[in-house]
Amino acid sequence: MVLRLQNVYAGYDGGDVLKGLDLTVEKGSITCIVGPNGAGKSTVLRVISGLLKPRLGEVVFNDQKIGGLKPRQVLSHGIVQVPQNHSLFPAISVRENVRLGAFTLHDNALVNKRLKEVEELFPIVKDRAKEKAGNLSGGQQRLVEFARCLMLDPTLILLDEPSMGLDPKTLKQVFDTITLMHSTGRTILLVEQNVRTGLGVSTKGVVMESGRVRLVGTHDEILGNPQISHLYLGGTLSGA
Amino acid sequence: MSLLEVQNVSKAFGGIQALTTCSLSVEEGSITGLIGPNGSGKTTLFNGITGYEKIDTGTIQFSSQSITNIRPDQVFRLGIGRTFQLTRIFPRLTVMENMHVAAQREGMKELLSRWSSTHEQKRALELLDFVGLTKLKDTPAANLSYGQKKLLEFAFVLIAEPKVILLDEPAGGINPTLINQLAEQIRTLNKQGVTFLVVEHNMEFVMGLCEKITVMHRGSNIAEGTPQEVRSNPAVLEAYLGD
Repeated sequence: MVLRLQNVYAGYDGGDVLKGLDLTVEKGSITCIVGPNGAGKSTVLRVISGLLKPRLGEVVFNDQKIGGLKPRQVLSHGIVQVPQNHSLFPAISVRENVRLGAFTLHDNALVNKRLKEVEELFPIVKDRAKEKAGNLSGGQQRLVEFARCLMLDPTLILLDEPSMGLDPKTLKQVFDTITLMHSTGRTILLVEQNVRTGLGVSTKGVVMESGRVRLVGTHDEILGNPQISHLYLGGTLSGA
Repeated sequence: MSLLEVQNVSKAFGGIQALTTCSLSVEEGSITGLIGPNGSGKTTLFNGITGYEKIDTGTIQFSSQSITNIRPDQVFRLGIGRTFQLTRIFPRLTVMENMHVAAQREGMKELLSRWSSTHEQKRALELLDFVGLTKLKDTPAANLSYGQKKLLEFAFVLIAEPKVILLDEPAGGINPTLINQLAEQIRTLNKQGVTFLVVEHNMEFVMGLCEKITVMHRGSNIAEGTPQEVRSNPAVLEAYLGD
């Protein structure tokens, strides 16, 4: 077991979005959270990464309590998040953007070593190193965001709707890359509205509704559950 | 002549040619799809049509009237509404207040009179109900999730009752069940006479909804036809759909 959230309550000015959430993410898994708009999927990621303090409940990562820590402290535990919308700095180069992923490290030799490793996994970081990040297409920017998140050599990667805005070819490439990051030994927790693609790469699916977990299961168990598939996954998916 | 006619439009940003003699026609009463790889110029074309970017050359006509390089508010008043890939709503106003702002078409005076007509209030509530935001009507829009903001923006555009609606990735970030409902609502509005131009990567959504699809690649239109024609076009497969 790597990450456990227990009875978590968290929200914004308007009240709690998470209302007693329990969630476990096993080591080495690709866990995918799906659910209706406003169910609290992105909020779960924000609570884990420290962007939002839970009001109640526990967040435990590798037997250490991380609930309420600052984002920087969470990073030092080996947890990184790739946000929902474009998050690269458009006016600086691809390489500079990737190096910023290691901003908490002060060992230059280590940063350079990591950069080399990341370049091997993501050729685009080397090929387009000096180009302004804003000149890359949406899919290329997503790959650079992935590359950047690996600079801290994380054990847990949080991805918020990685499919968003991607054309079909790029979508496949991005999800192949998620599998690739997983194969290098990382645990991945992702949130997806593209249910078929998201659950397709996952080892475990989690259905959320109104701030709670409603169902946990394998890809087949979730898509095969008629009620869930009708309510959240689009009627047509049940036959997929 | 089509309701919306884009002819040989070009647009460069510095050294990057975003659109190169791009043409597109949207027939009155149609649901037309616009697809193409990331970076092929779809959003730039939307921006050109709606006045958010000035085009370098070419013409854009709406109802046989030139709208080339006129201001966004002028385009909107002619009856062309649009949504954005990254939503544009008023974050500090509540969901319902956002709807009221959207219902005002005649400037500040109306806006300051504060309460719209009962018809508009009713319509606002109906639209919020459709997109499933009724419970959140008194919540500041900033507190909505990304998907909910997109739904609010859709309702926001509908209340102004435009003749043509340009949708930029309406299904992105939206739950699949709601995507099906969204498609239903678009069909219903279409039957009532609203014309749609839809940019979307969700192929099931586009192919199921649109009677005609234009495909863009590297700033130009490369193909056009029914969903079946487009799907079997080798140039489209190569540029967009992959294997």
